[in-house]
Amino acid sequence: MNVLETRNITKRFANHVALNGVSISVPEQSIFGLLGPNGAGKTTLIRIINMITGPDEGEVFLKGEKLEKNHIVNIGYLPEERGLYKKMKVGEQAIYLAQLRGLTYSDAIRKLRYWFEKFELMSWWNRKVEELSKGMQQKIQFIVTVLHEPKLLIFDEPFSGFDPINASLIKDEILRLRDNGATVVFSTHNMASVEELCDDIALINKSNKILEGKVNEIKYSYRSFSYQVEIAGTGASLKERLNKDFEVYDEVLQDGLLKAKIKILNNKTTNDMLSALMPHGTIHALHEIVPTMNDIFIAKVNADINLNYSSSGLTE
Amino acid sequence: MNKIFIIIKREYLSRVKKKSFIVMTILGPLLMAALMIVPYYVTKLDREQQVIDVLDETGIYYKMGSNETIKFNYIYTDLQTAIAGFDGDKSAALLYIPKPDMLEPTNAILYYSDKQPGNTVTSYIKDKMKYIYENRKLMELYGIDKKQIDEAKVRININSQNIETGETNLPIATTIMGIFAGFLIYFAIFMYGNQVMRGVIEEKTSRIVEIIVSSVKPFQLLLGKIIGIALVGLTQFLLWIVLTLSLVAVFQVSVGAKDILSKPQTETVQQGNVLVPENNTPAPVQDYDDESVRSLVKSFGEYNYSLIIFSFFFFFLFGYLLYAALFAAIGSAVDNEADTQQFMLPITIPLILAFVLAQPIIENPQGPVAFWFSVIPLTSPIVMMIRIPFGVPAWEFILSMALLILGFLACTWLAAKIYRTGILMYGKKVSYRELWKWLKY
Repeated sequence: MNVLETRNITKRFANHVALNGVSISVPEQSIFGLLGPNGAGKTTLIRIINMITGPDEGEVFLKGEKLEKNHIVNIGYLPEERGLYKKMKVGEQAIYLAQLRGLTYSDAIRKLRYWFEKFELMSWWNRKVEELSKGMQQKIQFIVTVLHEPKLLIFDEPFSGFDPINASLIKDEILRLRDNGATVVFSTHNMASVEELCDDIALINKSNKILEGKVNEIKYSYRSFSYQVEIAGTGASLKERLNKDFEVYDEVLQDGLLKAKIKILNNKTTNDMLSALMPHGTIHALHEIVPTMNDIFIAKVNADINLNYSSSGLTE
Repeated sequence: MNKIFIIIKREYLSRVKKKSFIVMTILGPLLMAALMIVPYYVTKLDREQQVIDVLDETGIYYKMGSNETIKFNYIYTDLQTAIAGFDGDKSAALLYIPKPDMLEPTNAILYYSDKQPGNTVTSYIKDKMKYIYENRKLMELYGIDKKQIDEAKVRININSQNIETGETNLPIATTIMGIFAGFLIYFAIFMYGNQVMRGVIEEKTSRIVEIIVSSVKPFQLLLGKIIGIALVGLTQFLLWIVLTLSLVAVFQVSVGAKDILSKPQTETVQQGNVLVPENNTPAPVQDYDDESVRSLVKSFGEYNYSLIIFSFFFFFLFGYLLYAALFAAIGSAVDNEADTQQFMLPITIPLILAFVLAQPIIENPQGPVAFWFSVIPLTSPIVMMIRIPFGVPAWEFILSMALLILGFLACTWLAAKIYRTGILMYGKKVSYRELWKWLKY
């Protein structure tokens, strides 16, 4: 069952279309990455899901029900443009924001203490926010977002502004939240974090969704059937010695060990390749060259641009 | 509802706990008290006696009486010697009254060395000379008894009295009352309206607003902020009133009290002087002032204060609420305070207009200008406060209040539309056309 679904969301601003019929489905208890270049419309989609702005067309469903204002309590939202009252004390402010999200005073205190101790922020409780570093402020914003234990969490660029240590701290927390039953949607440019975290992704470019699915499946469908091979005792280049089913490139011979990339052609399998290689030496290592999300992202966005370019060329 | 209350609480407490609030609250009454007390001391300091040398060639003006600020020192020589012998340190000026051959001896020259004598001195001398000359003429030419002359002198006072309530007061007191109340409202709307605007800008620039509107409606945030600051304003005014009254009370009990209380007695004595024929001194100019100040003070005591205070709080509250919503809309449309200027004008104009109109309204407090501007919501908080001390028909008063409440609801409704769009709009210079579009979303 999908926790969150958007159906044909369209949003127009004065002189451009921010979203053009975007539909996404977020499965329960998963981590969903919303990817796309700057200005693609990710933040607009997230704002619509949080009912901060309304769509011109289309609908949002939460657990099969049409999204209503009273559902918002079940969503924890960390905006991209986020801040805190600079002159207010950290603790007071966290309590205030927790209360606005519907927690009672005593619940807020109890839960905040747990999270502040976990993130080692307790000594900052009575300090003013302006004395905190940006990273610390981000941690507090993260805490306030997850504090009321919503079933659906939406983070807009959660890792921007974090150093690697704190970014991995937040990553661990996101994984833990998912394991405890929450569903997480986040937008990011950070492709490494997509590989580490996401179960599913949607790629938005220029107001349109151009790709959606499980990360594994997408990667599988984008594989190039290329393999990195390390083989000893071949003596020299393999390039001319294999048949036409295998294309060898990027060969490096070092201390008797040949490192090469081999692309399998003509529907041959890995086993075929192994049998073809075995007569030439001892195979030390073999692994598939899987496209990274980064490669897919760039390829897909560029393809989209070329497509638009050529199609606009056609209409002329 | 509960969330609005949480917002109100934060807006209120975060401001009341600020140092600047505490300082302003304490300094305000001190300044007010100083405004009341300092002039009293200043007039006392000013009473240092000035010596005026008099060279009277006519021989008529030999009996000009001195008072505590001016002392006449008669000298008998010729003008050259008098000017040569004039000592600027001892005497403030030399009054030379020549004896003309043909004309009446009513001209004089006041010689001074470095400091020109002030208006008080010249008008005092004029009064004295006039008094003496007139009396002399009446007595010598028409043979009227000195006593009869003095008896014929009267002073006319006009007090106005309300037929229904029996309130008596001076028109001048009513004017002061009205202007003061109107000014306080004007000042309060600007001060607290600005706080609302700055609060909105702060939330927008610090980007906390998006975190908040993901848990509450923008309208709740707007309303919570406006009400929270309204309570700050009410707290500050109440504290100011209480502190000012207690300061004045403390002042009255301490040293100053004796002086203020004993003054009426000396006044009676001086007033008595006028009636004593042997003494040529008329009541000094100063005392006319004292007299009117006291009747003014007395007059202030006679207003229907419960009505004035009720109206003040009503018109302050709703006038503020109306404008605060507009201030908030402006704050939401800009990225920093410097950009607010272009939008401030439409808000400032009605407020300033109300103040500019104060003069014609006071001259004709029941006229059409006064009526219309005291029922139109944008100007009514100030204009109505100016009119109230003059008395306002009940139906006009109720109409004005009803329209103000409606105006507040309408403004808040419009402002909320701009606010809702504006707070999430960054890095864009907004024009009036843009605002108009937001209204229609």
